[in-house]
Amino acid sequence: MVTTPNAATPADIPGNSRALVRRWFGGDEIAHLITLIAAAVLLLIAVLLVYQLWVLSAEARTRFGWKFFVTETWDPVSGEFGALPFIYGTLVTSAVALFLAVPLGVGAAIFLAELAPPKLSSSLTFVSDLLAAVPSVIYGLLGVFLLVPVMRTSVQPALKKTLGFLPLFKGPSYGIGFLTAGIVLAIMIVPFVLSVSREVLLAIPRDQREAALALGATKWESTWKVVVPAARIGIFGSVFLALARALGETMAVTMVIGNNPKIAASLFSPGYSIAAVLANEFSEATGNLYLSALIELGLVLFLLTFVLNGLARLLILVTTARGSGVLPT
Amino acid sequence: MSVRMIWRKSLNVAMLSLTGVCVLITVSVLFFILGYLVYNGGKDLSWNFFTRLPAPVGEVGGGMANAILGSLKLLLLAALFGVPVGLLGGVYLAEFGGRTIPFIVRYTADLLNGVPSIVIGIFAYALVVMPMHHFSTLAGGVALGIMVIPTVLRNTESFLTDVPRSLREGAFAMGANKWKMVATVVLPAASRGILTGVLLALARVAGETAPLLFTAFGNRFWSPGWDQPTSSLPVVIYTYATGPYEDWHRQAWAAGLVLLGMVLVTNILVRAFLTRGTAYERS
Amino acid sequence: MNSAFPLMANSGAAAASSTDRTAEHNPAMTTSGANTLRMKVTKINFYYGKNHALHNVSMDVATNKVTAMIGPSGCGKSTLLRTLNRMHETLRHTRLEGEIALDGVNILTLDVTKLRRMVGMVFQKPNPFPKSIYENVAYGLRINGHKGRLDDSVEKSLRRAALWDEVKDKLHKSAYALSGGQQQRLCIARALAVDPEVLLLDEPCSALDPVNTAKIEELLFELKPTCTLVIVTHNMQQAARVSDSTAFMLNGDLIEFSPTGHMFTTPSDPRTEAYITGRFG
Repeated sequence: MVTTPNAATPADIPGNSRALVRRWFGGDEIAHLITLIAAAVLLLIAVLLVYQLWVLSAEARTRFGWKFFVTETWDPVSGEFGALPFIYGTLVTSAVALFLAVPLGVGAAIFLAELAPPKLSSSLTFVSDLLAAVPSVIYGLLGVFLLVPVMRTSVQPALKKTLGFLPLFKGPSYGIGFLTAGIVLAIMIVPFVLSVSREVLLAIPRDQREAALALGATKWESTWKVVVPAARIGIFGSVFLALARALGETMAVTMVIGNNPKIAASLFSPGYSIAAVLANEFSEATGNLYLSALIELGLVLFLLTFVLNGLARLLILVTTARGSGVLPT
Repeated sequence: MSVRMIWRKSLNVAMLSLTGVCVLITVSVLFFILGYLVYNGGKDLSWNFFTRLPAPVGEVGGGMANAILGSLKLLLLAALFGVPVGLLGGVYLAEFGGRTIPFIVRYTADLLNGVPSIVIGIFAYALVVMPMHHFSTLAGGVALGIMVIPTVLRNTESFLTDVPRSLREGAFAMGANKWKMVATVVLPAASRGILTGVLLALARVAGETAPLLFTAFGNRFWSPGWDQPTSSLPVVIYTYATGPYEDWHRQAWAAGLVLLGMVLVTNILVRAFLTRGTAYERS
Repeated sequence: MNSAFPLMANSGAAAASSTDRTAEHNPAMTTSGANTLRMKVTKINFYYGKNHALHNVSMDVATNKVTAMIGPSGCGKSTLLRTLNRMHETLRHTRLEGEIALDGVNILTLDVTKLRRMVGMVFQKPNPFPKSIYENVAYGLRINGHKGRLDDSVEKSLRRAALWDEVKDKLHKSAYALSGGQQQRLCIARALAVDPEVLLLDEPCSALDPVNTAKIEELLFELKPTCTLVIVTHNMQQAARVSDSTAFMLNGDLIEFSPTGHMFTTPSDPRTEAYITGRFG
């Protein structure tokens, strides 16, 4: 393809409007400008987002101050707003989710990275990626109609019978609550743990495994005592990433957690999470203080996920850089 | 064999099998979800579902035509707002940027990508709903559009930088300036990858519920224009699933099947035709 | 330390058994007397998928001697080395036919982890674990079980690898803090920790500078009395300096196998001669 050279000299321009148009629309300067503007729009959005969260939560922040984080009451009627039940619920469900998802995800990643032939490994990772694409509300749907009854009639009673001496498993079991929400969350975050852990494991050089095997180690000993420790920083990164996702998950959680701003030791108890209360009450919030308190919760959620995601990416970067020899250990 | 050796060997087999079990569990969840949805949702899918409006509350029958149309309109807006920004921004990063600005842009894109979708919803609420004093399709579209930008941007950048130097140099050698080279040589070369990134981003936001809850809100009827609240498939699933009516529950399953089907089919087709995947798509 | 690298088979190392005498005076390798042979490779064929990489190769590895394998790139010497401790099994689509015996026992019937404890390996590029120096050496001991104090065993291995004095004050520092040559000696110490009967070395000095290469060659001499060594090298002069017997390989065939002095002065096969005199590489 032949392009007419764009060498419009100063003498040509005035009066020759076609040359002018060609120079402008074919020009690098304007292209640079347009694309720069697009990039700037992104930056603007991010800045505006933080700004709005900060400004709109001002009323609640100034009214409640640090007490906001330790107050247990959430009473829109009397105007008393405390974040503690939501923070508690968010943390508890996330903890349950991690407790289940990390062993499952790391275990699966070990299989895919160390044992499975390359083709099988890729196709199974593909399946896992598809799981990550399933919308949250679908998980919620299955959670409400499938998991909750099972929890209520089989799992929770069984847990009560065997581990009922622990405060975690006391109390009436409705099927909804912290445990159920944690389980749904676990299923949702496993793909993230799996795919990142698998990648960091694959990045560990072959000769590390060979060195271990040559010393008479079994495959498991080579994997668990050499490869996994070498990749542990990246695996922590995958955990942080998964945690960040779990914190922000809204729909599946709100459909099975019970939506009750209660703090209880038992995992069978209904509860609430930050994302869930936002989903339920935001559109009906009356009054500026109410809305402002909710937005402050949104700000908290934003900060939590921001920090976790930043840490996660850093850790993952460090491991893959080390593994490929770019960084010394 | 010594006792120790027997122990080591048994542990080896046991632990490695356990990891296989982990994979089995993970994979079978997907098939279970699919299977159950097909089973439960399939029986309620009908022509009515796609063409009728919801019946009056409490009455049986009716469909989700308005939700389907609403979702399509929202997707259109999301594409309109998000794709050009993401695309051009990606071009900027790959072709024009220096060192600091691209770094900041990339970091911000990753940051924005990690923000929970409900917080994005709050932002869209502040940006659109508050000034307008009511919910609207526009607000929902803005929320979804914002979510589309980071994925499209990073993906575009990725595929553009993958285009080999030799192609660019060939264009320069024929007298093209930078913009012509990018527009006529580099972008076409990367177009397949970029398109897949766009489609995957749209498939992702098509399933988002949370940011729509207080932007597009919901509507039991058609939503004319762009400034009225609108129904959408994910929100209707949520509303019906948590509602008290049996009929609603059945419809929720059907809608779930439709939504999941669309999302999965898009993902499978797009990923299958992708010659090179970027890890970014997963996040 | 002595710098006279003898070319003849009767080097200054003390013989481990009386039958070694016979081998020293006999230019052709003896296949009689099982205790002169640590390992014996008999007519093996090796396949990478469809690629027939080793054709009917037979070789003897004499006890407490250094056996070297030389040849141009791709001749199969590393492949052959890796069959000796069944490391080829870590790759997919490999097939080994034939017999390899360790002290008379077919290694293919032995438990592979047990075999690899007895036949250790040092790799081309130093590959210490991202752990401390101490933990690197201790790894094999912890896995395989050991008698006595761990500290003592670790020290013993590091001394055998001529590394103890350099690292005794920083045992708990990362192995990656060491230089390339030190890391390779650490890998040797790590391999020695489990007391292998045979130590396989796959071009151990190719990533190292001449000074470190010399140190490791000296080390091999010191190890010989207590260990059988098989070394693959692309450096002919190194083979000449260090080994008692040399095998020359070409395109998957073992062309010639004889005492080192004999091979480098009066090679029997014209191809050997061509390689040694540098007519091809």
